[in-house]
Amino acid sequence: MLKLPIYLDNNATTPMDPRVLEAMTPYFLNHFGNAASRNHSFGWQAEEAVDYAREQVAKLIGADPKEIIFTSGATEADNLALKGVFEMYASKGNHIITATTEHKAVLDSCKHIEKMGGEVTYMSVTAEGLIDLAELEATIKPTTIAIAIMYANNETGTVMPMKEISAIARKHGVLVFTDATQAVGKIPVDVNKDGIDLMAFTAHKMYGPKGVGALYVRRKNPRVKVTAQMDGGGHERGMRSGTLNVPGIVGFGKACEICMMEMESDTARISKLRDKLEVALLQLEEAYVNGSRTSRLPHVANISFKHVEGEGLLMGFNKNIALSSGSACTSASLEPSYVLKALGLGDDLAHSSLRFGLSRFTTEEEIDYTIKAISETVLKLREMSPLWEMYKEGIDLNSIQWAAH
Amino acid sequence: MAYSEKVIDHYQNPKNVGTLDKSSKNVGTGLVGAPECGDVMRLQIEVNSETGMITDAKFKTFGCGSAIASSSLATEWLKGKSVDEALKIDNMTIVEELNLPPVKIHCSVLAEDAIKAAINDYREKNGLEKITFAESVVH
Repeated sequence: MLKLPIYLDNNATTPMDPRVLEAMTPYFLNHFGNAASRNHSFGWQAEEAVDYAREQVAKLIGADPKEIIFTSGATEADNLALKGVFEMYASKGNHIITATTEHKAVLDSCKHIEKMGGEVTYMSVTAEGLIDLAELEATIKPTTIAIAIMYANNETGTVMPMKEISAIARKHGVLVFTDATQAVGKIPVDVNKDGIDLMAFTAHKMYGPKGVGALYVRRKNPRVKVTAQMDGGGHERGMRSGTLNVPGIVGFGKACEICMMEMESDTARISKLRDKLEVALLQLEEAYVNGSRTSRLPHVANISFKHVEGEGLLMGFNKNIALSSGSACTSASLEPSYVLKALGLGDDLAHSSLRFGLSRFTTEEEIDYTIKAISETVLKLREMSPLWEMYKEGIDLNSIQWAAH
Repeated sequence: MAYSEKVIDHYQNPKNVGTLDKSSKNVGTGLVGAPECGDVMRLQIEVNSETGMITDAKFKTFGCGSAIASSSLATEWLKGKSVDEALKIDNMTIVEELNLPPVKIHCSVLAEDAIKAAINDYREKNGLEKITFAESVVH
């Protein structure tokens, strides 16, 4: 039976897997101890649970458990990585390379670093949302301390060539930091094979709880250090003080374990549904996929429906389908998605985009319903769209003098 | 953000979607907004040149639900009004009728601008002087 509403905004957050909740429950009620309490069983139990979760998390990304620093989420991990590296490696240099399509947590941390006297290069991306590797190498200079490029983009799902990026970084002795929030748990991520030195990720994008994430910090070849941004009891090897969120961490660990076990089967099933959705929606005239279709997360599709506006489109079905749009109207700002604009999309196409994020729990029935609802709404709104009428009459929309406002 | 019931109703059952013959002398067309800004409204009126009454009004809008509702409501209000009465339609009446939140006030401004542009287009076609309006400040 089809249950409404349908949730297809899994890049924003995923529902928790019931198995994760089950693992967490005892740590709210019975095993409530502080993992830093060293002299009684409550503390020992909590510490043991955290240690176990740390192993589960490390295993998913091919890391050593000691390399996992638990945080409150990916935003905190992004801040800690960038600001921490900037402070720690001040004697080596002050230059960081990033890209214009990064998440705000990275971009705004970089802006903060600029205010602190750092220099940041914001690289542009190709029409597919990828970094030009030759340009990246040419951007490195003697003062460069780190390259901060996300593993996979949150709006388009475009997956960056991390191995190639890190090979260049290694050659020049530059650290690689990646915000892998959307990638970890969805596609194989291995910090050693991928040559990553620091990596931010979070539980709630992979069927775990909100409020817990991690920063991977390499301990060998090279040994990487970050200056703490939160001072206090010296938890997490001094890099992140604050009482550990034990139930959250336990849930994070469980979520990682499940992803590890089920990634392959999940991906096979979800990517098939995503492709079905995409192929069907591309049957509509003037519908375009944003970002790379070849180097992409298996559960994401970002599609623009020309001459209809995203928020207006969402309104046609948002009682029954939860989705997000790159349209400015759906956000607090007046600008449409900066990520889509960085791909070279005009504002009009950015305003017309929908982002689909499927999950482990998405069913074929839901996809069929979504295809029908969206197709109908696009057709209905195009009948109502003056731009569509002009397009159909062969009028070049760029030739019109639009009233500036 | 939740939409008001009236916005939802206009969105689901828009009134007067369509196109009038823009080459006709009796038809005034206003096209306002810009695709880059995420809303474009085209509002048309058909005027009985003898009585000065608006006999028909049609719209097409590219934009959010509030923009669609504002233009749909505007066409409803225009029909049966004289051109002079139509000039008095104020965006804030649209805001009140549709219960638009502050972030959507620009949709009502756009509708008011579209009405004025359509009237001016009609006046121009009929050898009347265009009316100069104070520029809208919202956007």
